[in-house]
Amino acid sequence: MSSVRVLVGTRKGAFILTSDGKRQKWEVNGPHFPGWEIYHLKGSPADPDRLYASQNTGWFGQLMQRSNDGGATWEAVDNKFVYEGTTGTHQWYDGTPHPWEFKRVWHLEPSLTDPDTVYAGVEDAAMFRTTDGGKSWHELAGLRNHGSGSKWQPGAGGLGLHTILLDPTNAARMFIAISAAGAFRTDDSGCTWTPINRGLKSQYIPDPEAEVGHCVHRIAMHPSRPNTLFMQKHWDVMRTDDAGANWTEVSGNLPTDFGFPIDVHAHEPETIYVVPITSDSHHFPPEGKLRVYRSRTGGHEWEALTKGLPQQDCYVNVLRDAMAVDRLDSCGVYFGTTGGQVYASADGGDAWTPIVRDLPAVLSVEVQTLP
Amino acid sequence: MIRVELPQHLQTLARVGREIEVAVEGPVTLGAVLDAVEARYPVLQGTIRDHVSKKRRPFLRFFACQDDLSLERPDLLLPEAVVRGSEPFLIVGAIAGG
Repeated sequence: MSSVRVLVGTRKGAFILTSDGKRQKWEVNGPHFPGWEIYHLKGSPADPDRLYASQNTGWFGQLMQRSNDGGATWEAVDNKFVYEGTTGTHQWYDGTPHPWEFKRVWHLEPSLTDPDTVYAGVEDAAMFRTTDGGKSWHELAGLRNHGSGSKWQPGAGGLGLHTILLDPTNAARMFIAISAAGAFRTDDSGCTWTPINRGLKSQYIPDPEAEVGHCVHRIAMHPSRPNTLFMQKHWDVMRTDDAGANWTEVSGNLPTDFGFPIDVHAHEPETIYVVPITSDSHHFPPEGKLRVYRSRTGGHEWEALTKGLPQQDCYVNVLRDAMAVDRLDSCGVYFGTTGGQVYASADGGDAWTPIVRDLPAVLSVEVQTLP
Repeated sequence: MIRVELPQHLQTLARVGREIEVAVEGPVTLGAVLDAVEARYPVLQGTIRDHVSKKRRPFLRFFACQDDLSLERPDLLLPEAVVRGSEPFLIVGAIAGG
């Protein structure tokens, strides 16, 4: 019988939540790395027992961890992230030039085919790769050295590369997103990159339709349609059907189109999920009601999913990497909150139950569907 | 042997107790002790000093014999009591929170 393993990164450690395919009873294992910020942990699609985790604190900096047994044991691997060549500058918050400085790893994306190959999105924004299971990391410097790099400016949370999507039909194609530079695509395995932000409109930057400078919060893809991407921008929910060449807004009837995560149903490529948040100055749900919104039409038309979610006095946030889906026949949807709850729905979002309620603030949620 | 006290998280990482001992060849300087710690426990590389610049991480402090050595140069000779092993060299996580 299939089972699921939910990997949760929090402000104070990592937790591993497991259940059988019914997803009714859960075991909570952790904290792993207690006291450390775990921005992200993720398993290899090619070997589900191979996990990677990004471990960080302001005191001791960045550590990287690897597990070969599904998180039962861990070993520290290389934590040396050094930019290639001359680092140059990006823009600081006040628009002045600021040298690139490595701060942390935001996101890990294991290769679809090789357990030893992992991509890492870091702050200050750059992409690194290991091909030896984390023993060494090397920058794909073509991204940071894109001609627009000197114009990139950090979002409120830093200049982080937070999203990496691998095209399952084309090993040379990847999509990434950076706050607040925008989305980029490579068609040559990361050697060169193209900004893919046409159609985005951001009223908070000097040129609302600039080639770069948009605060993209998250992008998502269904593996069967790699040319279609969905985006939760700072404001606006967007989609593209031509691999990012053009974006159109699909916010439709959402109560607010500000938010962080966005994800796609495992078996329905036009069914997508967002968690509307009041505004960029009020990082909590409108009216104190925690509602996931689902569109079965690829955007424009949205329905509120509330069953099992708190509908009064709820003022948590859901961060960009804190939503995921499983691949069981009845698609499970999961998200974690800054209040420490991890909610699960075993029926595509119709009804929700908390797996755990009192973890540290949740930074990331990933799901593995195990045979 | 030079005695070195580590903060809790670094003890966990290195899988050691509060105090470790390292051998230092040549002059026992601040930098030589840190080099020896990192050589014996590679997992601590990058956690006390930056990998490349070797600058102390901002929220860590170095003490010996009740003196704060955090802002001293790497070639500072450590006190004789540390060299003899009668006093430890302290790596301390700055108190910050709230």
